[in-house]
Amino acid sequence: MPADRPTAAAAWTPDRPIVHIDDVHKSFGSVEVLKGVSLDVMKGDVVCIIGPSGSGKSTLLRCINALVDIQRGSITVEGQEVHDPGLDKRLLRRKVGMVFQQYNLFPHKTALQNIMMAPIKVLKQPRGEVEDRARRLIAKVRLSGKEDAYPGELSGGQQQRVAIARSLAMNPDVMLFDEVTAALDPETVKEVLVTIRELAEEGMTCMLVTHEMGFAREIADHIYFTDRGVIVEHGPPATFFTEAKDPRTKEFLGQIL
Amino acid sequence: MEAIEAWFLAFYRDTGINLTIIYDGFDRARFLEGVGNTVLLSMVCLVCSVLIGIVGAWMQGSPRAWVRWLAQVYVQFFRNTPPLVQLYFFFFGLGPLFVITVEQQVGQMTFAREMPLLTSFHWAVISLSLFAGAFNVEIFRSGIEAVPRATVEAADALGMSRLQIYGNVVLPLAFRICLPALNNNLVNLVKTTTLAYAIAVPELLYQSNQIWSDSVNVPEMMVVLLFLYVGLVGVLVTGMQRWERAMRLPGFGQ
Repeated sequence: MPADRPTAAAAWTPDRPIVHIDDVHKSFGSVEVLKGVSLDVMKGDVVCIIGPSGSGKSTLLRCINALVDIQRGSITVEGQEVHDPGLDKRLLRRKVGMVFQQYNLFPHKTALQNIMMAPIKVLKQPRGEVEDRARRLIAKVRLSGKEDAYPGELSGGQQQRVAIARSLAMNPDVMLFDEVTAALDPETVKEVLVTIRELAEEGMTCMLVTHEMGFAREIADHIYFTDRGVIVEHGPPATFFTEAKDPRTKEFLGQIL
Repeated sequence: MEAIEAWFLAFYRDTGINLTIIYDGFDRARFLEGVGNTVLLSMVCLVCSVLIGIVGAWMQGSPRAWVRWLAQVYVQFFRNTPPLVQLYFFFFGLGPLFVITVEQQVGQMTFAREMPLLTSFHWAVISLSLFAGAFNVEIFRSGIEAVPRATVEAADALGMSRLQIYGNVVLPLAFRICLPALNNNLVNLVKTTTLAYAIAVPELLYQSNQIWSDSVNVPEMMVVLLFLYVGLVGVLVTGMQRWERAMRLPGFGQ
């Protein structure tokens, strides 16, 4: 069986979904959080997942890089089965970058060191090369001059941009954003969204769990609405926000728009 | 030097306060040897006990049950028994088992003689390190448990291995959190080195005892001992405080 694995990964071509989620079920104890979720993401797509709290959005995202395991169904990234028990999760996590709601920077490392740690330790890349890339990434997220600042000295928005740069330093093929603006002051939300938009425009495959409906509408190629562990409705933003059919979607959109 | 010696000799004649460790060359040498041994014993045990703490705390977080169990047995055993009993156990209980046989020639005859493999100093290092290490395991565990799960998760999501996460993220943060408790235990360790007296390690207390037995200056030596320990522990505490300040992070744990 293990011999099939490289073949499966090698067989993946960009015309097939880069992230393929098929009938995923997940329970925490007796609480079923995901009740058969399926969705496909093509390379370069920007997908937004919206929905009320507790609908399983974040859990779904965390299943994609195997931070959470699943009970049933299948998730593949570039053709590789994520929940194959024989899979080295570290290999998967090089392909899939993740940014969290609470930034989760390493508080004992400067902004630059935060970005450099994983490429040096995990990818074993030479320090000089990694540092050059880290400085370019800092500039890219508009934080030049903050290289030597500790996370505690940065605002929430700045920390979140360092966290994005930290993920990008691993050269991932897919970026997952888990409510990355939810903990930010309203005035710093924008600077983070600008960074994400630039990434999306460069063709990075992005999956976002978000409450920023305006942003989702503007940036997403496809929007999924989840409620109580299932995808209720999905579609391109142009039609999703105006032509929602399901009463649950309508109710949710009515509350927040 | 001679002037100082003469002054303290005169001081003894005038006041009856007998500080042989200053004016008598033999007592001074014994005393300095004691200071040296206490400092050496403290430093070696300090380093060993911290290493034991790091390894033990790592074992406590192992996914394998038997590894966790092993760490737990160690902590319970060494934390819940008196350090003097441990010292005796190692020196008198285990010591006789660790011997080498050497051949000794006396005239025409050859004798086989058993020699101890480890000196009392070695046994003191082993015993005191394990004693303080057991507390360090628990101290580090408290620090490790205080590291936010989300920070570890972020490192996990970056593809770092458990060992990389432990060494680069968890330990540096846990250290900062548990430094005050660690300080306490290390201060205790320095003071506990006096127990090595009981197995005749020539440390400060042991040498002082030799001196006051010979020179009959018990009260003087008691005062000297007390002040010397205040000084020794003071150096350690100052060093640790400096370290604590140097490790302080802007916006973390405040």
